[in-house]
Amino acid sequence: MIRLPFVLVFSTLLFSTGVYGVLARRNAVMVLMAIELMLNAVNVNLIAFSSALHDVGGQIFALFVIAVAAAEVGIGLAIVILLFRNRASINVDEVNLLKW
Amino acid sequence: MTAQEYAFAVIAAVGSISAIAVVTARNVVHAALYLVVALLSVGATFLLLGAEFAGWVQILIYVGAIVILFLFGLMLTKAPIGRDTLDNNRRWLGALVAMGVFAGLVFLIQEAFPFDSEQFTVFRSTTQDVGESMFRHYVLPFEAISFLLLAALIGAIVLARKDEGN
Repeated sequence: MIRLPFVLVFSTLLFSTGVYGVLARRNAVMVLMAIELMLNAVNVNLIAFSSALHDVGGQIFALFVIAVAAAEVGIGLAIVILLFRNRASINVDEVNLLKW
Repeated sequence: MTAQEYAFAVIAAVGSISAIAVVTARNVVHAALYLVVALLSVGATFLLLGAEFAGWVQILIYVGAIVILFLFGLMLTKAPIGRDTLDNNRRWLGALVAMGVFAGLVFLIQEAFPFDSEQFTVFRSTTQDVGESMFRHYVLPFEAISFLLLAALIGAIVLARKDEGN
């Protein structure tokens, strides 16, 4: 027995800390970590509604989100390592090659 | 308040504090270790909500694989220490936006689901339920996601390997 809004507020807090991390961090690896926090907030919501509505579909979508997050981190860290090899820095505000 | 709600309150407090520590830590390795605690508390929330399979997958994949990947990423790049090198100068603007997002979403949540709404009984789904549903109704998305993972694997190898010759 649990109230749904409690879980939703926890997920909101995780999401907004993720938003702050993406906006405030300069280090690309830290930005990726903050994106992970936001994806986890979405997963908490999916599982909470799956549990409240007695439907297993939400849990399956959470598993899909976990798989997409794993792919995203793999590609993201490969790009970060490539960036470090070429520019010797992974500060996202120094990456302006594509900036007009 | 039921026992489950007290347990959830403890888990959510630990998770929230460590999530805030992830985005404010001055040392990148400490941030990765705080991320472990935050992800573990999310996994514990899944287990508390009766989603057994998703909870253990969360702990195995996130804590076991993704955080290790992050630590490798930190190891292979130079990890500076200190707030001024890790955060940009306009972080107060980011904090303002994040607080706005939090306030707006909490307002919407309490409009849709008032905090004194009735409690729901947790739906316990076993691994068997998840497997049956996934391979009966979600086979095509499952194949698509496995193809995506293969593409990401090959893409990461191609991106990160050193160019030979040309």
